Amino acid sequence: MSAVQVTGASKIFNQGTPKQVDALIDVNLTVEPGEFVSLIGPSGCGKSTLLRLIANLLEPTTGSITVNGKQASQSRLDQDYGMAFQQAGLFDWRTVAKNIELPLELKGWDKTKRAARAQEMLELVKLPEFAELYPWQLSGGMQQRIAIARALAAHPPLLLMDEPFGALDEMTREYMQGELLRICAETSTTVVFVTHSIPEAVYLSHRVVVMSPRPGRITDLINVNLGAKRTEDTRAAADFFTGITAVREALRGTHADHANAGAVRGVEDR
Amino acid sequence: MFVLSIVLVVALWEMYKVVGPQDGGKLFGAGVLPRSNDTAMPHIWTMLSRYGRPEVRGSDKRVWVVVLEGAWFSFRLAIVGFLLGSSIGVGLSVLMSRFRLVERGLLPYLVVSQTVPLIALAPLVALWGGKLHIFGFEWPRWFSAAVLGAFLSFFPIAVGTLRGLASAPAAAVELMESYAASWKQILLKLRFPSAIPYMIPAFKLGASGSVVGVVVAEISTGLKGGIGRLIIEYAREATADPAKVFTAVFGAAALGLTMAGVIAISDVYLMRNRPKETSS
Repeated sequence: MSAVQVTGASKIFNQGTPKQVDALIDVNLTVEPGEFVSLIGPSGCGKSTLLRLIANLLEPTTGSITVNGKQASQSRLDQDYGMAFQQAGLFDWRTVAKNIELPLELKGWDKTKRAARAQEMLELVKLPEFAELYPWQLSGGMQQRIAIARALAAHPPLLLMDEPFGALDEMTREYMQGELLRICAETSTTVVFVTHSIPEAVYLSHRVVVMSPRPGRITDLINVNLGAKRTEDTRAAADFFTGITAVREALRGTHADHANAGAVRGVEDR
Repeated sequence: MFVLSIVLVVALWEMYKVVGPQDGGKLFGAGVLPRSNDTAMPHIWTMLSRYGRPEVRGSDKRVWVVVLEGAWFSFRLAIVGFLLGSSIGVGLSVLMSRFRLVERGLLPYLVVSQTVPLIALAPLVALWGGKLHIFGFEWPRWFSAAVLGAFLSFFPIAVGTLRGLASAPAAAVELMESYAASWKQILLKLRFPSAIPYMIPAFKLGASGSVVGVVVAEISTGLKGGIGRLIIEYAREATADPAKVFTAVFGAAALGLTMAGVIAISDVYLMRNRPKETSS
C-alpha cells in the first residue's frame, strides 16, 4: 500500500469565472512508505496546492487522492499526517511543551500521556530543557524544530512540509536538513517536502518531483542516488552534483516553457 | 506619571483662579472664559475638605461616607451592566465571526444602536422597572440602570472581539484544520487566545462605558442610592455649597478609574507570557 496515491488530480480555482486559475492539471504521483519526496518548481507551479490536496485542506476539482490507502478526507480526520509550514506557527501563549501537545489535546489524550509524549518529542529534536519556555524566547531554527516535534507528536506515518526551512539562514538550514533526515530515519516517517532550493531537494530526497506552472503539472521525476545515509560529506560528493545538475536542467526546461507561455499571453492580452 | 499629571491639573486649576476674570471673560464678543470666582471654581482644598464635613448640617454622616456608599452602589450596578454587556458583546462577536451573513446583517444595526442617545432611551427602559415580569421574576428598578450600562459597554466589546477573532493567522487556522479540529476547538484554542490583545482595550472601553451608562441612567431615571443621584442632588445646592458637587463628580471619576484598573490588572495577568511588544 502506498503512503500517498494521487490519481488524475486537478485543481481549478474560480472555475468558470474570468479569474479562473488552473493550479494543477492531471497530476499522478505515488509515494512509497519510508520515501522522502520533494516537490520543486518555480512559484505558481502548484506545489503547495498539491501538498494541500494531499493534506485535504483543499478538495481536488477532479481525480482522487488516498493517504495510507484511505480517502484524504478520512486520513485527515484520523490524523494520519503531520504538517509543518514555512512559519513555525507556534502559539505564543503556549509553552513549548504545550505547543507540542496541541495535536494530542485535540485528539483527546489525557494529561499525563500528553506530557510524556511531549518530553519524548523534545528529546527527539534535542531540545529537552526547553519545555517550559515560550516560543518567542527561542531562535528561528529552534522554533522550527519544535514545529516538527509538534507535527510528529501523534506519530503520524506521513509528514507534509511546506518550505519549512525557507526562512532560516544557510547554516541553520543545513543543520536542520541533517536533523530532519535523522528524525525521519528514527521514526521511519514518509515525507513530502515542498521547496524551491535545488540543493535542499537533492540532499534530502529519494525522488525529486519537478513541476511547471500555467497550468501546474508534473514535468519530471528525478531519482537521486545518494545512498541510505547522507552525511555532511554527501554535500561534496559527485553524485550530489550530478543530482543538482539533473534537477537544474529539468527546471530549466520548465522555465523556458514558462517564458514562452508568458510571451504568448502577453500578446493575447493586447 | 499619574500622580504628576494630577499635580499638573491642580496647579492649572489654581493658576486660572488667580489670573482668570472673576465674572468670566469675553473673547470676540462670546463668553468663552469661565468665571474664576469661588462659586464656579472652588479651591481644590475646599473640595477636599468638604469630604470631611457632614453631608447636611446637623447630620452625623460625613460627605465621604455618602459618596463612598453611592459609588459602591453604582459600582455594583456597573459591574452587573458590564458583565451583561460583555457576555452579549462576546456572544454577538462569536456569532458574527461564525456566520458572515449575521455579521453583514447585524453590524449596521449595532452601529445605529450606538447613535441613539442614552438620555432618550433611559426613561423607556426605566419604565420596565417593576412592570415587566420575565419567567416569574419581577424586573427590579435598579436593573434598568444596569441594562443601560450594558447598552453602552457591549458595542466596543463586540467590535473589538470580532476583530480579534478574525486576527488568527490563516496558517494557524490551516494547521488546526490539518489536525481535524472542530469549529469549537479552533475557537477556544486558537481564536480566543489570539483575540486577547484586541479584547483588552475593548473591555477597557466597555468598562468605562458601563459606568457612564449607569450614572446617566441614575440621573435621568432618578434612581436613588447611586453616585448619579448624588451628582444631581448636590448640583442643586451648587450656589450655596459649590464644593459639594465636585465631591460627587470625583467619586464618579474614581469609579470609572477603578473599573479600568480591574481590566488593566487582568491585562497584565493575561499577557504575562506573551512577547512584550504586542502588549496593548
